Amino acid sequence: MSLLEVRDLTLRFGAVTAFEGVSFDVERGDLFAVIGPNGAGKSSLFNALSRVYEPGAGSVRLDGRDFLRVRRDRLAALGVARSFQNLGVFPHLTVLENVLVGRHRLMHGGIVRGGLGLAGREERRHRAAAIEALDFVRLAEHQATPVQLLPYGHRKRVELARCLAMEPTLMLLDEPVAGMNAGERSEITALVRRLRGERDLTVLLVEHDMGMVMQVADRVLVLDFGAPIAIGTPEEIQSDERVIRAYLGEEFEEAVAA
Amino acid sequence: MTEFLQLLFQGVSLGATYALVALGFAVVYRSSGVINFAQGAMLLLGAYAISWLAVDLGLAFALAVVAATVMLALGGAALHMLVLRRVVGQPTFVLVMITIGVGIAVTHGVEVAFGPDRRLLGDPWGSSAFEVGGVTINTVKVWGIAITALALAAYFAFDRYTRWGLAMQATAADEEATLSVGVPVRRVHAATWALAGALATLGGLFLAGFPGAPQPALGDAALRAFPAIVVGGLGSPFGAVVGGVLIGVVEVLTSGYAPESLGMNFYAVAPYIAMIAILLVRPYGLFGARPVERV
Repeated sequence: MSLLEVRDLTLRFGAVTAFEGVSFDVERGDLFAVIGPNGAGKSSLFNALSRVYEPGAGSVRLDGRDFLRVRRDRLAALGVARSFQNLGVFPHLTVLENVLVGRHRLMHGGIVRGGLGLAGREERRHRAAAIEALDFVRLAEHQATPVQLLPYGHRKRVELARCLAMEPTLMLLDEPVAGMNAGERSEITALVRRLRGERDLTVLLVEHDMGMVMQVADRVLVLDFGAPIAIGTPEEIQSDERVIRAYLGEEFEEAVAA
Repeated sequence: MTEFLQLLFQGVSLGATYALVALGFAVVYRSSGVINFAQGAMLLLGAYAISWLAVDLGLAFALAVVAATVMLALGGAALHMLVLRRVVGQPTFVLVMITIGVGIAVTHGVEVAFGPDRRLLGDPWGSSAFEVGGVTINTVKVWGIAITALALAAYFAFDRYTRWGLAMQATAADEEATLSVGVPVRRVHAATWALAGALATLGGLFLAGFPGAPQPALGDAALRAFPAIVVGGLGSPFGAVVGGVLIGVVEVLTSGYAPESLGMNFYAVAPYIAMIAILLVRPYGLFGARPVERV
């Protein structure tokens, strides 16, 4: 059984169809990417999968469970972590505190034990896990810095470290390199590759940047005008005519043919 | 010297109560960015609830305090769940306006229900006092300081030693992101408002203690505690406590030492003068987070 099974998923806003009839499987351990030109429905699909929007039809199963019926604050407990396109970090908290928030559902110590000082061991354990996640994104030396003082690329790494600290099985990444300069983009691309390679994780990535996706993805789904037009390995996608047409436009194709 | 110690004691006692009120402001501000202008009405309601339970219903005083605290905590949570939750996504300003409206409605509701006159609080302390080295110590003020210290310690332990302290701060910064790590954001908000209600009850209790009494103007004390949160730094619970004590001491010392030429009620202005003086030196308060922006 696949980790994530999406069947005939459809989302409409009034008369506007964001996407329709989207089906795909994400296998355990895979890095699955959804790409498409602007307005293809990528972000809507991501928001439906992260439960921000309610899809009108179709089903999503996570590990066989009906994903669309889970309360949003319970998604973390099912092993789902997500990052945000426009960053979901806590600016005035320190880097370490940002990552510790990711441990929330794994923490137990209540006020009684905490007040008696018995939570010390638990706290040390969570701090160690948070620092381990910060090591992975190479930010451990900045752990005491408020996030608002860090440059954009570093903040994205803080967010990814928080996702890692949640000990997820499925990580949803919403356009992680959007708005980045070339240096930051290659930095985050390398990090996502390492997520895939060094962690026991399944990753679903929605991304506009074709170059980034081709470097990291195992399988790719291409959306155009809200409909899936191709699914396959990066090599298959790169040579798919419909994808080329969607990305470059028919005029370009005609120009090449002429 | 005796006079100074006398005033200092009264200042610290008043300041402790201000600290409770200011902490009520700070916990709400810290988890939602809202300045709760209903805080004064909550103080008033807390004091009247105690008075009603202890005097009209004849409950034992300690029991009346506990019951009133629970009632106000539930009331605070209900305010969030029934009203404030419905405007999620609106600008913070909308919530602030709602708290002003709720404050007015509650204040007048209390006045309609209980009349405009001073009531008995029903406390066992009354005006009883003892003397230490020439300084008169009112029993109610000792209790006020002790219970405030206990409540503050409990709050800071909760904030530091449970996962909810960090979760509350995260909620204020970014609800979507906080939800995504599995924090039940709605419950955090409801708990914050419950905490504000409980703190307001204790604040109301000691504001209404001798020489005060439950009366409709009691809620104005919230405005007098306002300089405390600004001095301490909005959203800093520790700053709220320091600011509260500072403002209480300034107010009482001014009432004792200010020359008559400044006017009878100069003590009421002094906290604001102190606030402005401190803000000139530290624009974000003593412990406020200085917003840092890249340009």
